[in-house]
Amino acid sequence: MSAPATRSLVVVTAGLSEPSSSRLLGDRLAAAVERHLREAGLEPRLEVIELRAHAVDLANQMLTGFPTPSLQAALDAVLGADGVIAVTPIFSGSYNGLFKLFFDAIDRDGFRAKPVLIAATGGTPRHSLAIEHAVRPLFAYLRAAVVPTGVYAATEDWGRGAVATDGSLVERIERAATELAVAMAPQPSAAPHDAFADPVPFEDLLRRSSTEA
Amino acid sequence: MQFGVFTVGDVTRDPTTGHTVSEEERIRIMVTVARKAEEVGLDVFATGEHHNVPFVPSSPTTLLGYIAGRTERLLLSTATTLITTNDPVKIAEDYAMLQHLADGRVDLMMGRGNMGPVYPWFGQDLRNAIPLAIENYDLLRRLWREDVVDWEGQFRTPLTGFTATPRPLDGVPPFVWHGSIRSPEIAEMAAYYGDGFFHNNIFWPSSHVQRMVELYRRRFEHYDHGPANQAIVGLGGHVFMRKNSQDAIREFRPYFDHAPVYGGAMSLEDYMAQTPMTIGSPQQVIDRTLGFREFVGDYQRQLFLADHAGLPLTTVLEQMDILGSEVVPVLRREFEALRPADVPEGPPLHPRVAAVRAAASASPATPAALAETPA
Repeated sequence: MSAPATRSLVVVTAGLSEPSSSRLLGDRLAAAVERHLREAGLEPRLEVIELRAHAVDLANQMLTGFPTPSLQAALDAVLGADGVIAVTPIFSGSYNGLFKLFFDAIDRDGFRAKPVLIAATGGTPRHSLAIEHAVRPLFAYLRAAVVPTGVYAATEDWGRGAVATDGSLVERIERAATELAVAMAPQPSAAPHDAFADPVPFEDLLRRSSTEA
Repeated sequence: MQFGVFTVGDVTRDPTTGHTVSEEERIRIMVTVARKAEEVGLDVFATGEHHNVPFVPSSPTTLLGYIAGRTERLLLSTATTLITTNDPVKIAEDYAMLQHLADGRVDLMMGRGNMGPVYPWFGQDLRNAIPLAIENYDLLRRLWREDVVDWEGQFRTPLTGFTATPRPLDGVPPFVWHGSIRSPEIAEMAAYYGDGFFHNNIFWPSSHVQRMVELYRRRFEHYDHGPANQAIVGLGGHVFMRKNSQDAIREFRPYFDHAPVYGGAMSLEDYMAQTPMTIGSPQQVIDRTLGFREFVGDYQRQLFLADHAGLPLTTVLEQMDILGSEVVPVLRREFEALRPADVPEGPPLHPRVAAVRAAASASPATPAALAETPA
């Protein structure tokens, strides 16, 4: 019997404390996605990226224009993933600045059609729609394939029961994880086009410039 | 191999004194730096072109024309000429004119600029940057090579029966480099025409510089201009030197921390570790610069950033003295010893310049400084 096909899953969390509830939510989501992938006969490869560790590099990248090697490795991991779980705390009604810095640094073309599960944490359930009004449009700009269920966890959700009753955090995690695992199941898309390995021939560039403009 | 300096012509406050030079002073400094380049035995002076403050060199051929009249053998170049927002007809005429006044001591480097609003200010659209570079340069080449041009394109008025004047000196257009930090299309363009490719080699890690140059070399060969190792490559570089490296770092740090181009973000030490910038002793600069050939191959031109970030003129001139006396003579010797015989020692020279140099090196009365600085 051949080894099962693998799927790479990357959790990006912008939680600021250690441990953070965003990381906690990311771990729960990842575990659920891994379980669903295994049930589908796929072997998950999980990587967790704590943006906290890249905070200074992200600020530097904005100003110098190039990433440090460790930030580049994190960006490459996300671009190369078959699925991404993106978790941010909600600050002032939106994702936090650290989360935005990271996705500003992502190559948009490389992110196209990437299966993404969006998730957020906050102190109160009153901010739950921030995930729909702020986080989802960011990934719409990146042309990601965001799964329908976004998971928002307020502090009080962590004190609710562990049974998947309708609308509970456990149920929402399960629903979103199923959706992401399904999106990740088809053959992974080919590696993004490398303009250095395979440049557009100049004759085509010349022709394009005389027909497009 | 050629060595020289390039300038962006920034008016920047000296963070150690609070003094900011006037535009007039800044323009004079650029002229002084160019003349100093010739005096200390460098080969090339290149100026940027900018149409936004705090930069002064908006009119490169005015500046270079004046410098041509005040120098004897210095090659005059640009870093870069805006092929996107300038009218290619005006570039063709301005630089042909400069060729005549400078006895052929002219080449130039095409670039796309780094300031978005310059495009609308000159009636263009930033989103067309690459198509503009491609169409304009294709026209520029024809204007220099064909006496009468009929042309129609997307971005400028059509031409019927047009002759750019004056014609290039002796019918030989200036050699052209294409500069780009990150666009593979520009490396591809340089390769297609068999022109030179220049990477500024300052703001990005060397792994990235290597990818750009490797692409250019591979495609140069693909387009039948010769083997990849014979493609014409130029690099920038940023150095600051004192006898003791710690003195260099101490003196340069406030300029690095406040220089707009470096962002005021990363520490000087981190920046040096991640980019080719070298602040240290002359020997460190020699070692690091010789190391460039390990990731781009044997190359033909090395330009150093000299006057910028508010450094006082006296300091800039001291740096050029160190370059001319301690660094470049060693680099010339070492690079020449490493260069395979089939790799060009420099970019093509205008036949007038080549003839002058051949005569100078053949003459027994040649001053030593001239004999030591072949193209």
